[in-house]
Amino acid sequence: MKRFSILLASAAALIASPLAAQTTAITGGKVVIGDGSAPIEGGTVLIRGDRVVAAGANVAIPADARRIDATGKWVTPGIFAGFSRIGLVEVGAVSQTNDTDAKGSPFSAALDIQYAINPFASAMSVNRAAGVTRAVVSPGTANSIFGGYGAIVDLGQDENPVTEARAFQFVELGETGHARAGGSRAASHIYFRALLEEARTYARNPAVFDSDLLKASDAKALLPVINGSTKLLIHVESANDILKVLDLRKDFPALDMVLVGVNEGWRVAEHIAAAGVPVLASALSDLPYGFEDLSSTQSNIGRMKDAGVKVAIGMINDRDAHQLRYSVQYAGNLVALNKVPRATGLTWDEAFAAISSVPAEIMDMGGQLGSLKAGRHADVVIWTGDPLELSTQVETVIIDGVDQSLSNRQMRLRDRYTNPAPGALPKAYDH
Amino acid sequence: MKTRALLALAASGSLLAGCAATAANTNSASASSPAKSSKPDTVAFPSTYAAYPSAPTAITGVTIFDGEGGRIDNGTVFIVDGKISLVGGPDTAIPSGATIVDGTGKYVTPGIIDVHSHLGDYPTPSVDAHSDGNEATSPVTPEVWAEHSVWPQDPGFSRAMANGGITALQILPGSANLFGGRSVTLKNVPARTVQAMKFPGAPYGMKMACGENPKRVYGGRNRMPSTRMGSLALERQTWIDAQEYRSKRNDAKPPKRDLGKETLAGVLDGDILVHNHCYRADEMAQIIDMSKEFGYKVTAFHHAVESYKIADILAKEGICSAVWADWWGFKMEAYDAIPENAALLQKASACVIIHSDDENQIQRLNQEAAKALADGRAMGMEISDAQAIQWITYNPAKAMGIEKMTGSLKVGKMADMVLWNGNPLSVYSRPDKVWIDGALMFDSGDAKRRPVSDFELGQPGEGDVK
Repeated sequence: MKRFSILLASAAALIASPLAAQTTAITGGKVVIGDGSAPIEGGTVLIRGDRVVAAGANVAIPADARRIDATGKWVTPGIFAGFSRIGLVEVGAVSQTNDTDAKGSPFSAALDIQYAINPFASAMSVNRAAGVTRAVVSPGTANSIFGGYGAIVDLGQDENPVTEARAFQFVELGETGHARAGGSRAASHIYFRALLEEARTYARNPAVFDSDLLKASDAKALLPVINGSTKLLIHVESANDILKVLDLRKDFPALDMVLVGVNEGWRVAEHIAAAGVPVLASALSDLPYGFEDLSSTQSNIGRMKDAGVKVAIGMINDRDAHQLRYSVQYAGNLVALNKVPRATGLTWDEAFAAISSVPAEIMDMGGQLGSLKAGRHADVVIWTGDPLELSTQVETVIIDGVDQSLSNRQMRLRDRYTNPAPGALPKAYDH
Repeated sequence: MKTRALLALAASGSLLAGCAATAANTNSASASSPAKSSKPDTVAFPSTYAAYPSAPTAITGVTIFDGEGGRIDNGTVFIVDGKISLVGGPDTAIPSGATIVDGTGKYVTPGIIDVHSHLGDYPTPSVDAHSDGNEATSPVTPEVWAEHSVWPQDPGFSRAMANGGITALQILPGSANLFGGRSVTLKNVPARTVQAMKFPGAPYGMKMACGENPKRVYGGRNRMPSTRMGSLALERQTWIDAQEYRSKRNDAKPPKRDLGKETLAGVLDGDILVHNHCYRADEMAQIIDMSKEFGYKVTAFHHAVESYKIADILAKEGICSAVWADWWGFKMEAYDAIPENAALLQKASACVIIHSDDENQIQRLNQEAAKALADGRAMGMEISDAQAIQWITYNPAKAMGIEKMTGSLKVGKMADMVLWNGNPLSVYSRPDKVWIDGALMFDSGDAKRRPVSDFELGQPGEGDVK
């Protein structure tokens, strides 16, 4: 969300504008900072404009502050979805509304998802109402192992969803990469290396660049990947594929890698940790979906964390366009594992961090997003209770300091059909 | 995790097992089945399931959700000879010799039942060679039986037990076809053969599908149906033909056995229960009228995301809705799904079932029920925890025709039961122990009481907690 946009969005039912630099104090709630620290009973969250000023136990409240009483409630940073396709899909099977990938396009790495993200998609309002405020949005892949540039977005009800465009490049190097490259991991790895070499060739003399493998636009897009100025999110699941990906640094030492999916990460966790490569992992995978997932277990994230891997929850290929609201349920399930003999879960504090500060940090946005530390974007959610518990409801969502409507078309349908039989007029007149 | 629900719906073109015996000679030696039965299909492929040994066991001090909306705090459940023997409060006398399980702080429910699963017919690993859920070579295939596609070594069965407390489930054919074929109801007990999993005495179901899938799959091949009206026409003509077959069945010279029409006649006889995949409210209303035209009953609409729009009609007709808690938006007919669907059905006194259609969510139907419950309460409805548990126990049992045998903790019923380490409607709770017919089939504290399928043996992660 950009401040400038707020002026133009007056018709969007915005309740408060950060332009006024309004100060809001949310008082009396159980405050979760989101950085892995323990919740603070009876804490205060102070917001000025679009930023958090302070959060914690002893926060001085200016006299002119708007006050929101959160006594008996929980106050947390908004949920940060570590991997998604939100805003790219209205109806999955209606191809005209699905911008995840582009089978008919001649481009790959150059595709820039910021142009496809629709802030008015129903999934934005549905997940906003469930407390999701930020998300990593990645393209899929179609004709190449590379999918293009992804972005960081907010789920605010304005027309500028992009927090950071070109935040990363996305590549498939597991079973999907095998398929995209022609049917072998040997092919996907030579393809990866060759494309990066071609990009280097392009950089040496763009004017004469002519490649059978790569369009100039795609070559240009890969350059910041090679020098590490743009992150590379790599989807990979199997232990062996993970090791092969970590080895890429031998040839491309500057790659700024983040692994995505990583169902077998626990088996090679010490290698991932030693490489210092963070992970956006699927939380509850526990079946051999393919042969790349043979040893999937819900203890994966806990074990990787114990091995020293920086790991957050992502939802690759798991209803990742519509159901980011599952993030809290997934985090809660990782806490549940602590009561299961032999399983490895996360503590509550770690689990909440895995859907707030940690994904933000992995995307190098931890200084801006993902927690209620001073100076962060004021993305704040007030919940009726423990945000990871299934019975809890969202009461208030604030994004960039702006109170958000929680309305969406699911609620409108619910209200229309609370009593299903028509009254004096057909249901179509009930609005 | 991968979203595989759509696989059963979208990729049918690639699901064809080329060597499937689509034109098997049905008038073969198999007709030598006992002549005394007028319905030879009812004696084919009999269940060989036998309960595993059980010990008299009492769970004490436990919170009981009985599956029929009842709750007992600080209760006792006693099982003996594989059956529920006693269910009561703290004063219940425990027979001597029983193994005592201290249920303090824990909860017991009937075994969880999933009315809509494709475990075994779309097993993991989800490779093409395992894609056995849709006989997508004709829109009308009532002759196929899902049990003939079930791979008992699907690792998904064990996950459903250990993480989801699933003790019985219905395996359905996919939804590519208007008439998808027979379902099979299984005990969730590992076995070498599917016959050894078949729930003894469970009636058959028949899968039907309306809406987008059949018209997409066949319309895309320039075959009927390419429209919803084409679907209804083909369905009605199929019923007309089935009626004729059924009426001639008892003639002096009965018609040659026809597997498909045997199944359809079984529906018209009321022996086979209809499970109809149908998302939209208006289409459900059409299907109800078709069922009346031909004199059969729809037992349950599955994936019924718009049931809330006609909850009054469904209550009046006595048709169950098998629904997800909150799936939506993956295709046009799922666009109007709302998370209050289950609660609004409950409000209208219609039958609610939470189902999975998914190898992941079958592991947490309790959580899906909890979300649906929470969304109902958030709009001011009073629904008890015990009622929500009924959505995943007694109600699916009823829709599968096994409610007299399982689905609730009533004396004399099968001791299919889950001990949870906390309230099963909390995200923080998991099955502690699972009994099927009184036999302890899962114990979270005993690594040896965890099934490991043949597929997983000798593989990385074998026997892990999963």
